Amino acid sequence: MESRLIEKLSILADAAKYDVSCSSSGGKRRNENKGLGNAEGMGICHSYTEDGRCVSLLKILLTNHCIYDCAYCVTRKSNDVKRAAFTVQEVVDLTINFYRRNYIEGLFLSSGIFKNADYTMERLVRVAKKLRQEHKFNGYIHLKTIPGASEELIKEAGLYADRLSVNIELPSEMSLQQLAPEKSYKEVLEPMGSIRQQLAQASEEKKLFKSAPSFAPAGQSTQLIVGASAENDHQILQLSSQLYKDYSLKRVYYSGYVPISSDSRLPIMADPPIIRENRIYQADWLMRFYGFEAKEIVDEQHPHLDLDIDPKLGWALRHRHVFPVEVNTADYELLLRVPGIGIKSAQKIVSARRFAQLNFEHLRQMGVVLKRAKYFITCQTKSLQRQDVESELIRRKILFGEGSVRSALLKQQLDLFKQVG
Amino acid sequence: MHFYTYDGSFEGLLTVVFEAFERKAWPTGIEPGHLAQPSMFGEHIAVVTDEEKAGRVWQGLQKKLSIHAQQALYHTYLWEQPGFEQTIFDYIRLVFSSTQSIEGHYTAPCVLQVQQAAKQVHREKHRMEAFVRFQKTADELYYATISPDFNVLPLIVRHFEKRYANQRWVIYDTNRRYGAYYDLSRVSLVNLELPPHQRIIPLAPEARDVQEDSYQQLWQVYFSSVNIPERKNPKLHLRHMPKRYWKYLSEKQPRALR
Repeated sequence: MESRLIEKLSILADAAKYDVSCSSSGGKRRNENKGLGNAEGMGICHSYTEDGRCVSLLKILLTNHCIYDCAYCVTRKSNDVKRAAFTVQEVVDLTINFYRRNYIEGLFLSSGIFKNADYTMERLVRVAKKLRQEHKFNGYIHLKTIPGASEELIKEAGLYADRLSVNIELPSEMSLQQLAPEKSYKEVLEPMGSIRQQLAQASEEKKLFKSAPSFAPAGQSTQLIVGASAENDHQILQLSSQLYKDYSLKRVYYSGYVPISSDSRLPIMADPPIIRENRIYQADWLMRFYGFEAKEIVDEQHPHLDLDIDPKLGWALRHRHVFPVEVNTADYELLLRVPGIGIKSAQKIVSARRFAQLNFEHLRQMGVVLKRAKYFITCQTKSLQRQDVESELIRRKILFGEGSVRSALLKQQLDLFKQVG
Repeated sequence: MHFYTYDGSFEGLLTVVFEAFERKAWPTGIEPGHLAQPSMFGEHIAVVTDEEKAGRVWQGLQKKLSIHAQQALYHTYLWEQPGFEQTIFDYIRLVFSSTQSIEGHYTAPCVLQVQQAAKQVHREKHRMEAFVRFQKTADELYYATISPDFNVLPLIVRHFEKRYANQRWVIYDTNRRYGAYYDLSRVSLVNLELPPHQRIIPLAPEARDVQEDSYQQLWQVYFSSVNIPERKNPKLHLRHMPKRYWKYLSEKQPRALR
């Protein structure tokens, strides 16, 4: 096989790596047929790249031949890169053999668009079908939905895949028109809507008949590129909040734009906006797990996330009147809003205080980060702070003071930020 | 002062609990017999494992604890860190002396300790499920060695049994010198005769499946190709994948010359 297959794999993995989704959780495919694999419950990261991202799935393109010319995309028609294409059988063999050795949780298959949307989608579906039917494969399969593919094909894809995704890529219609003139929001949102409908229908049918076929049991996700176009964080978070609500997405992924192209339609930048991307993920987490609304995190007056501090601390510093909260009596929802208290420690606090009054030492043992939390809590009405401290001082103390060292990466990015701004 | 010794098994430890309650002689120390240091003071009690006594303690616990807490207690046994026997004893004593459930009573040191030990064990279990790398042998056996920080092999067997129902596999703990072997119908425990302190047992080239090297190489190529050099972040990389796990990972081994 050797050298040709090795070359194909390196080209088509390299071209797929900018798609950040790697989740392998939420599948409900149990190994009941003495087949290969089991994808119930928790996802597993089998490895981590040197940039610190999880490797859970064999993430590849079927081909990087593409008829489109989207400015932000490494696979765009006008880009002078080596092209390659896998056969259906090659993808199947790689998946099975990697899976059997416990390298991966399954397959994430995407593709450049060759000929037309349906032709491409049909081949993606064929790979998934072959894995499920001929190889009794119960591992995780994530298929990319090609914008413009027919509803029947999407429906069939959902029968074999655990997750479907269609990437919005740019956070506004205007940017999409500028950078990917062949695509439109309509083309992206249509399959998203159709998947949502199929998901709802399948879950209704499941309630009536247990044996009803499941449809993409791990739901759908999408990706937004951050920093390739001019949208601010407020616009981005508004959009994702809307996507979670209107399309019942499981995840919105954010991909800090890596400068891979010198196309004149794109901004000139030296490094990908890693810190900004990280802050957006933190904000996304606040919306999904901490009960925050998008508008509490950023709004029209403050459209940018603070790069220096995380958005939860930012919110707390803007809402000092809510604090301090008394740890022994505050509601769980309020505890979650305290910087330095995460979901795990909030749960522990709520359960431990049924037995005894908590003091600061208890909190420390339970994993509360007192360095942050101490400005916002009291314990049995006692505070670790002697007097009221101004927000600006707290911010400075948490950032610089009391032994906290700023990461080299953050420093780099901030310096850069200052140079630009 | 009462020093208890037992045979190192979970049943043995539960028997110690039974004996201590029977005698109302609370332990000053609990240790496996072969590790115990003779001391001039106090009473030494060598407990012989008794399945019936152990069973009675466990049934008592089952009545008062959720499945989750029972698991956490067993995980604390597999944790194997100094003092784990005493922690388990204190926990059980607290359970039996309270009328209400003690789960979540994190201000009691033994409850917090059990929760934290269980968490560490669970994390190691999850890491082993992720970082085990099988090599295929010429006779179609999938073979892997591990040397986990805690004794998690009993906890990962179920996961691999479900996942690889149609391939024969063996996972061997080179530290604790025992393994699990799945023969397409059930899992059994195995022991290999090995020189002491041998940590990694490489497969002889002739024992490997003809395609094994190619797939290892393809995996290495894949691993290198998905990296984005512009985003290099060694600190994050190491946090997720500490160096002590690299020995399992074919993708972190030197590349063969092509």
